[in-house]
Amino acid sequence: MPISSYDDRIPPSSRPLFNTVSVDNLIDIRNVTFAYRNHAVLQDISLSVPRGRVIAIMGGSGCGKTTLLRLIGGQLRPTQGEVSVNEQIVHQLNNHDLYQLRRKMGLLFQFGALFTDLNVFDNVAFQMREHTDLSPEMIHDLVLMKLNAVGLRGAQHLMPNELSGGMARRAALARAIALDPLLMMYDEPFTGLDPISMGVIGKLIRRLNDALGLTSILVTHDIEESLKIVDYVYFISEGRVEAQGTPDEIRVSKQAFVHQFVHAEEDGPVPFHYPAPDYASDLGLKA
Amino acid sequence: MKPNNLFSRIGRLSLNSITRLGTATRFLLQVLMRSGTSWRRFQLIIREIYSSGVLSLIIIVASGLFVGMVLGLQGYQTLQTYGSAQSLGVLVALSLVRELGPVVAALLFASRAGSAITAEVGLMKTTEQLQAMEMMAVDPIARIVAPRFWGGVISMPLLAAIFSMTGIYGGYLIGVRLLGVDDGTFWSQMQSAVSFREDILNGVIKSTVFGFAVTAIALFEGYDAVPTAEGISRATTRTVVTSSLAILALDFILTAFMFRGA
Repeated sequence: MPISSYDDRIPPSSRPLFNTVSVDNLIDIRNVTFAYRNHAVLQDISLSVPRGRVIAIMGGSGCGKTTLLRLIGGQLRPTQGEVSVNEQIVHQLNNHDLYQLRRKMGLLFQFGALFTDLNVFDNVAFQMREHTDLSPEMIHDLVLMKLNAVGLRGAQHLMPNELSGGMARRAALARAIALDPLLMMYDEPFTGLDPISMGVIGKLIRRLNDALGLTSILVTHDIEESLKIVDYVYFISEGRVEAQGTPDEIRVSKQAFVHQFVHAEEDGPVPFHYPAPDYASDLGLKA
Repeated sequence: MKPNNLFSRIGRLSLNSITRLGTATRFLLQVLMRSGTSWRRFQLIIREIYSSGVLSLIIIVASGLFVGMVLGLQGYQTLQTYGSAQSLGVLVALSLVRELGPVVAALLFASRAGSAITAEVGLMKTTEQLQAMEMMAVDPIARIVAPRFWGGVISMPLLAAIFSMTGIYGGYLIGVRLLGVDDGTFWSQMQSAVSFREDILNGVIKSTVFGFAVTAIALFEGYDAVPTAEGISRATTRTVVTSSLAILALDFILTAFMFRGA
């Protein structure tokens, strides 16, 4: 089955803006601060993700994007503030309730994180076997349906080390949607992929979101590919939401940080040079 | 080094060691408390018995045979000096079931299976497989760590028994077949001198304790490894070193309790 293009959909730019205090948000992040020991990673961040949308969280390396995903998934606890997913405050949940909530989440890791001792079929079947009492025949059919959706039905018997980067990412995507989650999170889904694989993954993210009625969050710094498929973008810099808007707004933004990021400029609010003493003094040219 | 620096360094090292010991103890308690899934789905443990136990068989059998043959040679030389060469079977059997079987098998187990467990779990951590499992609402301690722990604990006494058995056979080959000790005397003296409760059972207890220690250390080091290639390498080395020292120290303590005045 060919992958449907998103030309036949409403273009992201014409999708309505959403209200960040809408009650129909699947995720509400309110005044969240997070620090690793004394190093503040996120500082008083607030953002919302409405149900059914694809949201991108962008920013340079180390700006706290992945930390945000970990806070949503309950792998980290905020130092201050709260993260609410499906109207549950994540860090207040006990272990059992947190695991129940995680069954409604899928996370695509940067490099797939497929279980290396299981083949593609067993990777996708893993959650079904762990969490359901479905018969082997039913699991077989469901796994093939998921694999077909990502175009890997024919690769079901391959081991993870036999897959290309793009195929591994797609297999991991099939595994992440195995139990039809409410929320899909993608951690740098385009990293290290060739242009074809990038396009395929991008289209799959949008198509699965719309077809399965998911809500998706992409953490990425791939501007071109993500602006094609997302509804809204948050830019994070130094632990704060620096800018936000629809893809069209982002493309024409005059804001210095956004402009530097979108146009891949070498210098700007994010400086080229790591803070250092005066160059001439360092070279011993100045007394 | 200035005395102040020396003291602060010793203090820091001590504090780090105590913290790490506390973390390891907490980890072990978690493993024990979350072992229910492993016992309910026993095939998970069977799989680990295969990985830790069956795949260690070759090194255990080969080492046991050689150790037994060396005991046969050395024992025969010494016993013949006192005209007691006929007691060779007793010497070989007691040396193996009381000490060498559990200890050497455990040292080999630590090098072969312990290092493999650490590397495997460490690599799973490095490649985010453990995190992925957590995000799928599957507890990695219950699903990954606990089956490996019980697989190791069950495998170790079986491997020690096989080691002792092949060792005794090695001693028999050298003593009886090569050096001419009487076949019947070799076996009958062994049978009458080796006590099931005092010797064999104590050997089994020792090897179970070693299995417990080695597998717990290997799993903790893997789970706690710094998720880089160097981190895994260090963790694997620490597993072998710490396990070996633990085996020898535990052996002394257990021997002191088990064979006092025997």
